[in-house]
Amino acid sequence: MPDIAGNDMKLPPAEDFEAYLHRNENKDLLRFITCGSVDDGKSTLIGRLLYDSRQLFDDQLSALEKDSTHSGSVSDGGLDFSLLVDGLAAEREQGITIDVAYRFFATDKRKFIVADTPGHEQYTRNMATGASTADLAVLLIDARKGVLEQTRRHSFIVSLMGIRDVVLAINKMDLVDFDQKVFDTIVADYRQFAQGLGIRHVTAIPMSARNGDNITGASENTPWYKGEALLPFLETVRIERPEDSLGLRFPVQWVNRPNLDFRGYSGTIAAGLVRKGDTVTVLPGGRTSQVTSIVTQDGELEVAGAGEAVTLTLAHEIDVSRGSVIASGAVPVVAEQAAAHILWMAPEPMLPGRFYELRLHSQSAGVQISEIKHKINVNSLEKLAAKRLELNELGVCNLTLDRPLVFDPYSQNRMMGGFIIVDRLTNATVGCGTLDFALRRDANVHWQQLEVDKQQRAAIKGQKPAMLWFTGLSGAGKSTVASLVEKKLFSLGRHAYVLDGDNIRHGLSRDLGFTDEDRVENIRRAAEAARLFVDAGMIVLVSFISPFRSERQMARGLVAPGEFVEVYVSTPQSECEKRDPKGLYAKARAGDLPHFTGLDSKYEPPENAEIVLDTCAKDPETLSNEVIAYLREQGII
Amino acid sequence: MSVIDKKLTHLALLEAESIHILREVAAQFERPVMLYSIGKDSAVLLHLLMKAFYPSKPPFPLLHVDTTWKFREMIAFRDQRAKDLGIDLLVHINQDGVERGIGPFTHGATVHTDVMKTQALKQALDKYGFDAAIGGARRDEEKSRAKERVFSFRSAAHRWDPKMQRPELWNVYNGRINKGESIRVFPLSNWTELDIWQYIMQENIPVVPLYFAKPRPVVERDGALIMVDDERMPLKPGEAPQMRTVRFRTLGCYPLTGAVESEAETLPEIVREMLLARTSERQGRVIDHDQSASMEKKKQEGYF
Repeated sequence: MPDIAGNDMKLPPAEDFEAYLHRNENKDLLRFITCGSVDDGKSTLIGRLLYDSRQLFDDQLSALEKDSTHSGSVSDGGLDFSLLVDGLAAEREQGITIDVAYRFFATDKRKFIVADTPGHEQYTRNMATGASTADLAVLLIDARKGVLEQTRRHSFIVSLMGIRDVVLAINKMDLVDFDQKVFDTIVADYRQFAQGLGIRHVTAIPMSARNGDNITGASENTPWYKGEALLPFLETVRIERPEDSLGLRFPVQWVNRPNLDFRGYSGTIAAGLVRKGDTVTVLPGGRTSQVTSIVTQDGELEVAGAGEAVTLTLAHEIDVSRGSVIASGAVPVVAEQAAAHILWMAPEPMLPGRFYELRLHSQSAGVQISEIKHKINVNSLEKLAAKRLELNELGVCNLTLDRPLVFDPYSQNRMMGGFIIVDRLTNATVGCGTLDFALRRDANVHWQQLEVDKQQRAAIKGQKPAMLWFTGLSGAGKSTVASLVEKKLFSLGRHAYVLDGDNIRHGLSRDLGFTDEDRVENIRRAAEAARLFVDAGMIVLVSFISPFRSERQMARGLVAPGEFVEVYVSTPQSECEKRDPKGLYAKARAGDLPHFTGLDSKYEPPENAEIVLDTCAKDPETLSNEVIAYLREQGII
Repeated sequence: MSVIDKKLTHLALLEAESIHILREVAAQFERPVMLYSIGKDSAVLLHLLMKAFYPSKPPFPLLHVDTTWKFREMIAFRDQRAKDLGIDLLVHINQDGVERGIGPFTHGATVHTDVMKTQALKQALDKYGFDAAIGGARRDEEKSRAKERVFSFRSAAHRWDPKMQRPELWNVYNGRINKGESIRVFPLSNWTELDIWQYIMQENIPVVPLYFAKPRPVVERDGALIMVDDERMPLKPGEAPQMRTVRFRTLGCYPLTGAVESEAETLPEIVREMLLARTSERQGRVIDHDQSASMEKKKQEGYF
């Protein structure tokens, strides 16, 4: 068997070998990262673990010997283990680790996946990549240097990514004569710092990766150290997972429909257990149903738990699609606004108000960072005010989403609370984050203090808010053009709504008649309603005769400069009367409609309308295109 | 909720992770394809593919890029598996390369691999317009693979830029691309060679018989045992095939794949041999030996 100390392999005789193998199939898996400053000996440690667990083969060793001489980084002709892990040509040339490398080894007790993560600040994002899936971190410290800025930064990223167990590997002890005082001072230093980070367990081990002290077994050089060597510790450490306390969390990845008789939901259980017959809730929506079967190719299961990839069928035909979460127990949060920590990973800065895509388990949504509460200096942990986040900067932010997101706080479950941010133009992954809590309006009396303003609401719709005020005589074609414009905006994915004069009179203004006073009040109500739409970030199209300049001026004053667009639908009265689509002119001429605009009530044409539409010269299609073109010119869409 | 001990073994965790990745491919892409190279890793990948979508059939086809120099047993095995499982199998051969008579004996390993494998693969991806191509590469195979993401972005020219990899966190995979670009997907990233064999044994997955020891005709060249699989292999003066009991740890084009002397005729014997092995599996691959960074270079150019 692979003896970690590098002794010759002793495998059981062939007849017992199958039993031996079956035992080995039942190992569990520990994922950990190694991190630390540039010359702390991280790669050497991994090389040592691979070498001692015989994961290195002769051909790899001979290549290593050749490369070690070639690179000249080891003066005494020894092996430069770092060359084993720095796999990219650029890394070998520069002698630094740029990207995370995954390495694998196994002992009798466990299988390990090691993510070797870069130490340089400029590659913090790659460290976060490695840490996101790790259960534990081995943090290397050079005994001669003690706790450095990088140690603190790495610890912070480790805690941000939810790792609660840290091995403090105080390396190069041979260079300080295995002095216990040096070790104790560093440990005390670090513990004080780690306390504030929520790192629950710190296990400090004095070692020399180069010479193998306290790596696989107790070193004679540190008789004062009573703890375990690194590998025995890693083989037995028990990782607590906070998600153990959550109910079922099953994000649906893929709807499984081989035929009309089967409709299942495929996914990986993020937390909890599911049993056949369990009552579950589907979010968003909140419909409940029962689990009728847990399907796998190897047969149906009675129960399945976290980490298993299964397919569930439900008793009811309810709306379940990719991104839905099937849950039990205390259900996860559904919210459109949330507070989160964000680590920015792109050279272009993150700007509040810009529209990105957020991906959380199988969900994706449009997202806008509505506010940066503060950024955190990852070296000093100082909180600083910020208007933007630059590469490798970390901020505590409020998010606004364009649809409800189903999540749990990251501290309770990584899969349910860890998200990435994707740039919608370059498609690059530009940030990652951990959700902290939902911002709920009803829990906040002063909800307007959430500081989501109309620009943000509009930006999430990909537009600027605007009030398009269509004015003109009855029968001029206002509603026809307005509704065409609305259709076009809709098909462009913009959010628009037509407030039509007739419809307003059916509800909001049904107590009003057609006197001048009532007309003014009617316009006031319509303008105020339109203002709320603008505040909601919409493009609102008001289609009203609105005969008086002063009321149109009043409406203009309700919104910010540039948001009011007066659209004069210019049609001569004779033409309107000829069209008379609703038969109103005929009625008015017959004396049945008093105060009819253009006949016995005046119409004041606009003097400086933003847009004038000549309905005699052009058809409604062309006119609506003119309006769209204007909106484009003005950057409204 | 009572605690049920459902602690997953490392193989169960690896299986679940791979299934999750395969389902993400189905959900995120319009036209994915699974590269099927017939070897042990492909065997495991195919097995996982069937599991991931059960009871549905896999929602995308398999593609084999045939260099025309594969072992005959591999081709027979390929066709049988596709038939048994009832899945779509596309086979692509670089006809231009065939017409030019490209082969490992006449043009050398590098040119042959580039034309019949790398270029052929790009042709096939372009021909069918695949936006995601799933492969069986593992991170433990080689240093530059150890650095590659599970969802690995390729430009419209199929190039990999190792310095511009998208950060990849948790099990959230970013498959967003523009037209013409694609993603290579590696569901077996975290498996080791030993995991592969243990899983094949646990799941009883059929593999090409070439993996098991048997007397086979071989000649020794540059320290490698090359099997004389057909009459296209030119023998040097005085060179005669010898029958030796050998097997293969890895399968590729027969002129480029070295056999190892072995008595391992069963899966447990293979695993036992592996645990005692002192050389890595890629040692048998002639194409890797050119230079240390050769895999990274080939991958940048579009090799899988």
